[in-house]
Amino acid sequence: MSEIYPKRAANMAARVFRGEAIIMNPADSTLFNLNETATAIWLAADGRTALRSIVERDILPAFHVDREDALRDAGQFAEDLARHAILTLRTEPEAE
Amino acid sequence: MNVVIGGTGIGVSTTTEFEEILRLQYAGFIEADSAQSIQLTVELTPPLTLDPDADIQVRGEGSRWTMERGDFHASYDSATRVGKVWQSASRQSLDSVIRIIHSLTLAEETGFLLHAASAIRGDRAFLFSGKSGAGKTTISSLAPPDVHLLTDEVSYVRNVSGRWTAFGTPFAGELARPGENRSARVEALYLLRHGSENRTELLSAASAARSILRNVLFFADDANLTRRVFDTICAFVEAVPVLELSFLPDAGVWELIH
Repeated sequence: MSEIYPKRAANMAARVFRGEAIIMNPADSTLFNLNETATAIWLAADGRTALRSIVERDILPAFHVDREDALRDAGQFAEDLARHAILTLRTEPEAE
Repeated sequence: MNVVIGGTGIGVSTTTEFEEILRLQYAGFIEADSAQSIQLTVELTPPLTLDPDADIQVRGEGSRWTMERGDFHASYDSATRVGKVWQSASRQSLDSVIRIIHSLTLAEETGFLLHAASAIRGDRAFLFSGKSGAGKTTISSLAPPDVHLLTDEVSYVRNVSGRWTAFGTPFAGELARPGENRSARVEALYLLRHGSENRTELLSAASAARSILRNVLFFADDANLTRRVFDTICAFVEAVPVLELSFLPDAGVWELIH
């Protein structure tokens, strides 16, 4: 499985309330609410850290979920957010 | 004629006949001596189309805005605060333009217009938000005598010196009467839902923000102002309790509002 490097879109309006993010695309006012695990992934999506590393570093220790389930769910979540332009997905890490 | 809502005056220049109609529409909100911060000239035309229910289009380029619906066309410069409206002698058409201008002004002043009834009880304001059919008119009509109704349709909220404040508006819903021209600090916002009993449930800030954003009146196709409205609502839900209010259509629901 090739690595995916997610990155938060810079043009979104967002706020995190008690670990849960609410995100709005100001271009069309579309709203998204993220649960705690999704928010953790979204916050860590810097374009330089692989999705697999985010899951292993931030999700598994904090949420005590099965590794394979977490990786699969994270992949689906990242693709969903990418479809809404909230994340961009790359196969190479962004240069520092 | 100077229509003052939430402390913001809009001076309306039009024909004597149409002004007489508007004086009834905005009774209680006309202040002859107040400063007119916005100047609006209304040029009456034959009806533009027969479709006042068409979607509102609000587009901006810098400070210059154009607003269109089936029944009016308007331009407004938010820098000079001068605008012009072309419409027939319809008070509903001008009311829509005035709502749009207030929504633009509030977006720049940490405030918002909300699909909500609002009222003052004691010295605090309470907001009751929901789309059509949620119960704004019902809860307004059930208000006991000690309640001052600010509006049954569109609430005006602005942060004044760090305090979220609700102002009365003439924007009427099914009650067909303007609210009282008063203001008070907001104590709570209730999201209305018809239920089998009267009860409240405190919402998380994230859930509250999502629900309120869906009920904000904001028409402009402008990403920067939309972002400001988002930030304003997020700040509001961090400061003001937001509760879901399930209620029966009887006056007992007001026992929960204090």
